[in-house]
Amino acid sequence: MYKLTGVTKRYTRGKETVEALRGVDLTIEDGDQLVIQGPTGGGKSTLLQMIGGLDRPTSGSVELDGVDLASISEAKLTRLRAEKIGIIFQSFNLIPTLTAQENVETALVPLGVKPAERRERAAEALRSVGLGERLTHVPTELSGGQQQRVAIARALVKKPKVLLADEPTGNLDEGTRDDIVGLLEGLWHEYGLTFIMVTHDSSIARRAPRLATIKAGQISLTEQGGARRATPGPSAQAPEQQQYAQQFGAAQGY
Amino acid sequence: MFGIYLKRELSRRKKAALVIAMGLALGIALVITVNSVSAGMQQAQGKVLKSLYGLGTDMTVTKARTAPTSSSSGRPKFDFDAKSDSSTTQSSDRVMTQGGQSLKSSLVTEVAAQKGVASAVGALSLNVTKVDGSFTQGKAKSSTSNSGQQGGPGGQNGGGSTGAPQVQGGGASFDVNSYSVAGVDVTHQDLGPLATSKITTGKTFTAAQTSAKVAVLSKSYAKQNKYTVGKTFKISGTKYTVIGIATPDSSESTTDVYLPLKQAQTLGDAKNKVTTIYVKATDSKQIATVKATIQKNISGTTVTTSADLADTVSGSLSTASNLATSVGKWLSIAVLIAAFLVAALLTSSAVSRRVREFGTLKALGWPSRKVTRQVVGESIVNGLLGGVLGIALGLGAAYTVTAISPKLTAELGSTGGGGGMGGGPGGGGPGQQAASAAKNTIDIALTAPVSVTTIALAAGLAITGGLIAGAMGGWRASRMRPADALRSVS
Ligand SMILES: Nc1ncnc2c1ncn2[C@@H]1O[C@H](COP(=O)(O)OP(=O)(O)OP(=O)(O)O)[C@@H](O)[C@H]1O
Ligand SMILES: [Mg+2]
Repeated sequence: MYKLTGVTKRYTRGKETVEALRGVDLTIEDGDQLVIQGPTGGGKSTLLQMIGGLDRPTSGSVELDGVDLASISEAKLTRLRAEKIGIIFQSFNLIPTLTAQENVETALVPLGVKPAERRERAAEALRSVGLGERLTHVPTELSGGQQQRVAIARALVKKPKVLLADEPTGNLDEGTRDDIVGLLEGLWHEYGLTFIMVTHDSSIARRAPRLATIKAGQISLTEQGGARRATPGPSAQAPEQQQYAQQFGAAQGY
Repeated sequence: MFGIYLKRELSRRKKAALVIAMGLALGIALVITVNSVSAGMQQAQGKVLKSLYGLGTDMTVTKARTAPTSSSSGRPKFDFDAKSDSSTTQSSDRVMTQGGQSLKSSLVTEVAAQKGVASAVGALSLNVTKVDGSFTQGKAKSSTSNSGQQGGPGGQNGGGSTGAPQVQGGGASFDVNSYSVAGVDVTHQDLGPLATSKITTGKTFTAAQTSAKVAVLSKSYAKQNKYTVGKTFKISGTKYTVIGIATPDSSESTTDVYLPLKQAQTLGDAKNKVTTIYVKATDSKQIATVKATIQKNISGTTVTTSADLADTVSGSLSTASNLATSVGKWLSIAVLIAAFLVAALLTSSAVSRRVREFGTLKALGWPSRKVTRQVVGESIVNGLLGGVLGIALGLGAAYTVTAISPKLTAELGSTGGGGGMGGGPGGGGPGQQAASAAKNTIDIALTAPVSVTTIALAAGLAITGGLIAGAMGGWRASRMRPADALRSVS
């Protein structure tokens, strides 16, 4: 469970100071799906970085299962990213010289998985995103949608608790976009992930059970109903409870 | 992953790797070339010195120079019997010790007894000026020297210079020829003047021939005078039998005639005297110490080591040698530093361009040290690649130099008139300079031998270059943040 309290992020460049986040409070239950939208420069990516432990807030706390990512050591934070956080980027961010399989393997390197097992798990992850035939292709030999699938396999091969996506469909055409979103939602259900996605796409945002809008570093939440929580995950709850939580969460949001 | 990632980076970004490697390669190739050419220069100088000293000679002892007098003893005088006949053919040899300065033979044993001396051998160098003349009464006129004195039939030519001044006048006509004679200690031929030559025809002296009337001739002198083994010739009326022809190791002979030491001493009227003592030290690293010992304990002598002698070598060899050791050295250091800098900057900028890649790895939970290790690994391989290329280039350059073998000339400090030996060590006393400015010129082909040390140095430099570049790139990579994964690359 995520609990963000008073998260503020200031970027200072020379004399100029940009306040990308201003006192953001946010709770995300395990297995929740949260879609973040908002105007450009609003602070979406910055918030995602705080949640993913890629950067630390200037003030406030980002608790993941009771551990404050803002104050743990760099080594612990690195380890936490390696174990619990899967990330997908708008421009895929694959290592250009490595094959699809090797790219997926990079996620297992910091976990000290043995090479043979690493290769096997990477191949399996690629098969699960429909790229079983493309193991030895380098990124330039793959389409944009295929590259994003490799990135998804890379994010999920370690079986993370949290999946973060920063505009995962931003560089894709409409058809491919729907494929990827469908794939991500399927995986979210299948693995019971906590899934947080930034998107500009209003059709995706409209479908989201829970929507956060960030403007000028400030967050507002909208509960839109629907299956907000992934069903089979470790923290999956009984339908009545879920219903309750949903209502409770909605009440809390306003 | 380290190995695979490294392999992929290098094989899929060959151009970037090659640019860095080539930069290093150029610097390394230059170091190899300069190093090997320098070694070649040193070898050439060594050959030149060996031609003077002979194998195994570490230093020579000669009489300390004394100030020249205006009419030094080095000036030959000829006394012909004036005959009333109007046309006579006469021949006369004027023999003198080279430089006119000699040491007592007993000093040889004294030098041999010094600490650090393995062996010492004495030799006597003589200059023989042969005058063949047929002349009638009249005035002799020197065509070359204004010191030639006018005289009657007993015309004197005081020039004594090289060449063959013809003195004509009053019906006189005669040739002056000079050649050099070395008295050799026949019992110790491994050290001394004859040690610089190989006997190519006939035999050398036996240990028993201490005072035999036999001679070994240099190849060029024998050829010039059409002497062969078994023939006889005369010096100052004494008849010698040619027993062997010696070919000097270097292209130029410094002695024309070798005689047993005793014979030379008799000829030169220098009983129990030597001009040069050849010394071999027990340890070639202790030469300077041995020199000091001899100079301290035996007064009135000059000790010349090959290092001293090297200073008297001039000509294109020494110019090139100076060039290789000074300009070449600094140039290669400068190019090497430039190559290191370029490699470091290129690596660092390559890392900057991969900011998103390394940011992503960090976002995936790669510890900083793993990312840094990757960058350093790539740089070291680039360095090694540069080393291999550089060694190949450098070897190519060195072999080209060896194949072309440019000719260099070495001029040794002025020696006596006939290019004789005596003037060698001690580089021509002032007395000799007055007599002649002729120099001993030796042609040497330059080679560029590449030693294992040079290759090892090159490999070391390559790794150093790679490490410097890697340190730079690794430092950059270590400063990248996981958030850089989201940076748009400009
Ligand atoms: N590293 C940084 N240094 C300085 N300012 C930054 C940095 N990163 C973000 N900002 C600033 O913080 C603000 C929020 O940026 P952020 O990237 O979070 O916006 P965003 O909502 O993701 O926008 P977009 O939709 O364009 O991706 C912007 O004004 C941006 O210029
Ligand atoms: Mg953004």
